[in-house]
Amino acid sequence: MTATGLGETSQGSQAGGGPSPAEELRLFETMVLIRRVEERLRDDSAAGKLPGAVHLYIGEEAVAAGVCAHLSDRDYATSTHRGHGHFLAKGGDVRAMMAEIWAKREGICRGMGGSMHVADTSKGILGANGIVGAGLSIATGAAFGAKLDGDGKVSVCFFGDGASNQGALMECLNISTLWQLPVIFVCENNGFSEFTPSAEVTAGRIADRARAFGMACAEIDGNDVTDVWRAVGEAVRRARGGGGPSFIEARTYRIQGHFEFESVVLSGGRYRAEAEIEDWRQNNDPIARLRAKLVASGTAQAADLDRIEADVLDRVADAVAYAEAGEPADPELAQTLMFAPEES
Amino acid sequence: MARTRLIQAIHDAVVEEMARDPKVIVYGEDVELSIVGDLRGVHEQFGHDRIRNTPICETTLTGMAVGLASAGYHVVVQMMFSNFLYTGMDAIGNQMSKLRLMTGGQMELPITIIATIGGGSANAAQHSDTSYPMLMNLGGVNVAVPATPADAKGLTKTAIRSKNPCFVLEPNGRGGELGDVPDGEHLVPFGKAAVRREGDAATVVAIGRMLKPALAAAAALEREGLSVEVIDPRTLVPFDEDCVLASVAKTGHLVVVDEARECCSAASQIAAVVAEKGFSSLKGPIRRVTTPNVAIPYAPNAEAHVIPGEDRITAAVRQLLGRTRSERVPA
Repeated sequence: MTATGLGETSQGSQAGGGPSPAEELRLFETMVLIRRVEERLRDDSAAGKLPGAVHLYIGEEAVAAGVCAHLSDRDYATSTHRGHGHFLAKGGDVRAMMAEIWAKREGICRGMGGSMHVADTSKGILGANGIVGAGLSIATGAAFGAKLDGDGKVSVCFFGDGASNQGALMECLNISTLWQLPVIFVCENNGFSEFTPSAEVTAGRIADRARAFGMACAEIDGNDVTDVWRAVGEAVRRARGGGGPSFIEARTYRIQGHFEFESVVLSGGRYRAEAEIEDWRQNNDPIARLRAKLVASGTAQAADLDRIEADVLDRVADAVAYAEAGEPADPELAQTLMFAPEES
Repeated sequence: MARTRLIQAIHDAVVEEMARDPKVIVYGEDVELSIVGDLRGVHEQFGHDRIRNTPICETTLTGMAVGLASAGYHVVVQMMFSNFLYTGMDAIGNQMSKLRLMTGGQMELPITIIATIGGGSANAAQHSDTSYPMLMNLGGVNVAVPATPADAKGLTKTAIRSKNPCFVLEPNGRGGELGDVPDGEHLVPFGKAAVRREGDAATVVAIGRMLKPALAAAAALEREGLSVEVIDPRTLVPFDEDCVLASVAKTGHLVVVDEARECCSAASQIAAVVAEKGFSSLKGPIRRVTTPNVAIPYAPNAEAHVIPGEDRITAAVRQLLGRTRSERVPA
């Protein structure tokens, strides 16, 4: 396995048990669902069918899948502008998400939020967020609530290497450690802060920022879903048991641009080499890695996995058809949604 | 009725609501000792799970409020000075004021943020702002500006029971002032202005800390034979347009007194509303009496020079009415 640019990671996969065969197949299905949804959004964006920008998660699916496999609807998660994968992995409905991105009345946010803001509070999904790093304090606050409830709920904050340069990270590491909050900070280090390689804007190691607070910390291969699953499982057990917060830096790679159609704003400018993208695509694809592992270990036959892929493609096609056939969003809704009705 | 200090009224509101609803959680910098004075003794009464000191990190204090409210709690954040809202502004401007709409109505964010507004205490520019204009412009937060102990209690209780983000902005330097507070349960609804003094020659709308000099100005003008109606809006969002429009229909003149800087002040908004909806009632131009577009200076004499006071209010009313009288003289 060539892990280009991956650098040093912990040896998490050598310790403890891994996911069961059934769990591995669920991880595979989740990752494939995210991939196929994102590919369809990529194509529909290119075809001019989507009204707004989409920020795609292709290549990072193992993180969302490996993290959310440990969560129930009662647990909280905050997400990023690149949030479709988190939404789907946490149990969000693919039809409702697709309708939202298509700006339809049937959308999970009734067409008021769009791609960067998919949320489903009934599933503990406190929302994708367009402000880089905003989820840090929201997840910390939700973890405070979980701690006060005292019933073992946890809160997960997905954020990126870009957000790790926001001052809010330091504040949230401090307060969550002080108050021993059940929060798991999952830094998806995909190598890029928007259009700038992270190394240009990030001093030191991101995980060291958490270590400075004495927080339990793991640096893992974010494209190895088993590694993610193990590290997060340990962090979730710690949080549910009252052991406080954890920090996980998952090294991964953003295959797509910051957003689709970024070439328009780049106007010929470049921030990475095509060969680098191709190397990750060919040699470190998290889904291809899991597929090879499942077949090699005898957990599944290639035909079983093909069948899962075909079923997922059907679900995605169904979701797009649902979204396309949906009603336009209600333009009057904004006037009524700003405030919750008060009890009289 | 009991004579009560304004900070005690806020204290009583918070304590009553904490006792009524175990989901009410209070936090902020130095709230356990309560340097502001409005939460003194609350920590001893309710303990660490209900009220606690935080680090100095306003960005996270407002952001955590969004998360904690999403988890089903009613959050009360004591932010001390309204200038500190600037530091905590992402979660105010991008999250709590927008997430209900952005999630298609899924989120309810019962958050109350308490802070003082205004100068007059030689605290200099970074502790003296009247920063509600930026909140009013967000569209998704309520803004209460109590000027009396009774309203401080009643509006704080209404805020804590609200399902929406609410700001309760205490008048700086007035926490020790006494006023009558009704006994028992006392709630003041949002969006209902109070006519503090009746009159028929001119309407003066005075916000928060400006009520006191406006009432003094009205008393002085009464001695000159000018009867001025003084309206305390009590909340800026929602705003009681009907009360102000009805008063202007009676008096024909409007002066709005606002400690915020002139540009995009609450006074500007109120003036615009009356110009649009009450133009036919007006017998002269609307006058705004505001702080000019400057930072509040430290030196007390320089501070008093820029913040509206009784003299500027009386001068504005006299000028309006004098001008109107001259216009009435047939050519």
